[in-house]
Amino acid sequence: MPDWLATLLISLVKAVLVVLGLLTTFAYMTLVERRLLGRMQLRPGPNRVGPMGLLQPAADAIKSIFKEDLNVTLADKLVYTLAPIVAIGMALTAFGGLPAGPAGSLFGENPWVYNLDAGILALLALTSMGVYGIFLGGWASGSKYPILGGLRSSAQMISYELGMGLSILGLLMLVGTTSFNNTFNSDGTLRALGFVGWQAENGWLILFQALGFALFLISSFAETNRTPFDLPEAEQEIVAGYLTEYSAIKWALFQMAEYVNMITASAVMATLFFGGWKGPQFLNGLIPGISDWPLVWLIAKIAFFLFLFIWVRATLPRLRYDQLMRFGWKLVLPLALANTVMTAAFLAFRGQGGLWFLSILSFAALAALLVMSDRVRVLWNQPTVRREGDVRLGGGD
Amino acid sequence: MLLVALGIGIVAVIASAILGPKRRGSRTKLMAYESGNDPEGGVGTGQRFPVHFYLVAMLFIIFDIETAFFYPLAVAYQKLVPFAFFEAITFVLLLLVGYVYILKKKVLEWA
Repeated sequence: MPDWLATLLISLVKAVLVVLGLLTTFAYMTLVERRLLGRMQLRPGPNRVGPMGLLQPAADAIKSIFKEDLNVTLADKLVYTLAPIVAIGMALTAFGGLPAGPAGSLFGENPWVYNLDAGILALLALTSMGVYGIFLGGWASGSKYPILGGLRSSAQMISYELGMGLSILGLLMLVGTTSFNNTFNSDGTLRALGFVGWQAENGWLILFQALGFALFLISSFAETNRTPFDLPEAEQEIVAGYLTEYSAIKWALFQMAEYVNMITASAVMATLFFGGWKGPQFLNGLIPGISDWPLVWLIAKIAFFLFLFIWVRATLPRLRYDQLMRFGWKLVLPLALANTVMTAAFLAFRGQGGLWFLSILSFAALAALLVMSDRVRVLWNQPTVRREGDVRLGGGD
Repeated sequence: MLLVALGIGIVAVIASAILGPKRRGSRTKLMAYESGNDPEGGVGTGQRFPVHFYLVAMLFIIFDIETAFFYPLAVAYQKLVPFAFFEAITFVLLLLVGYVYILKKKVLEWA
């Protein structure tokens, strides 16, 4: 077997494994979400299908495959069918670049499907391709509510993508690379520390970029269309948004894409801000080598963020659309820029040493923001006063 | 990875098309959703949308290009300081002028 064929086969096997793993996680994620939401509202979640409801995801999957696949009369057949495929394809692909361990730790293979020097850029590009799936799905349905939902969704996702892209600039400045792993020259010498390597040496980036992390967290909630930003599929407001005309497996594929995006966002936050697959170093004093346990740390961190997603869903009410856009454009965007400028100024005038100062600066900014949040809310959230004679730009939506 | 991921979607759709019931839907069943009324508006009926969506997309392109310019600067930043800092500040200030302009024009007010 030639070398390239072996490489190809191995990455194919890994891709299949990752995809199957993600789909299983998605299936059980729905169950865990329903059970947890139940717990939070003092009721049991699904508990009839199998012990503790463990077969509920299987039942759901089988049901959605055997349901009738409707094609609404006015729908654009081709795009209507392709949109969910695009959505799920992009969502699944985005996960493959994230490392789950050091090179060669997966039975002698690398624990990632593809490794790019521009890992973060590829990830952002792939997640934003998801917008196409959602908007085209809404448009191709040939009905009013899906179009409204699709428009709202695409406007929301591209707005928060800006916040997302800008809030990681501080990280890029600190780390000086866009790749998740350390990169090596052909002779095996270290070329650049990746995100995981940098954090293993200097400490988790959340310590130095608390404000950036807060903005990234908010943006990723909005990117994945989760509450409090799940306007595109606001059931009580515009039926189900872009999902209204979808039934059977196509609907399930959109749901799948949303949850896979959630998992990816969690993994990205874990990798960028919380040290990736490396555990806290000080624990090595208690149990030697615990910070290098393969996969355990990454999965624990992902699980934590997924829990956060569910917790927030059970806690916060949805934003109105104008509040959502105002929040994205007038708060997240300038603050992300301010965070970038703050980091840039620090790096320019204090050099490499004294990272703790940046840490204090960042936490102080975050704390100031939280303390002032009531004031900020009043400032940014006041209803638009429309005086007589003001030109009205648009009819809202 | 992309092939496998897209393949999963295609397989799922085909499987559902094979396994699902294949009844011919009546006209009412295939009608667009409109709470039981005959649908009004939708694709090709000339329904109009707020220009806001267009504006947001336009601003997104502008600011996303800004972000794209920032990435290489951010990655190479530690090798270029402190000169790069003033370069970056100048660029940010120029964009802030535009940002303040759209704020004053109330483009971002969704009334």
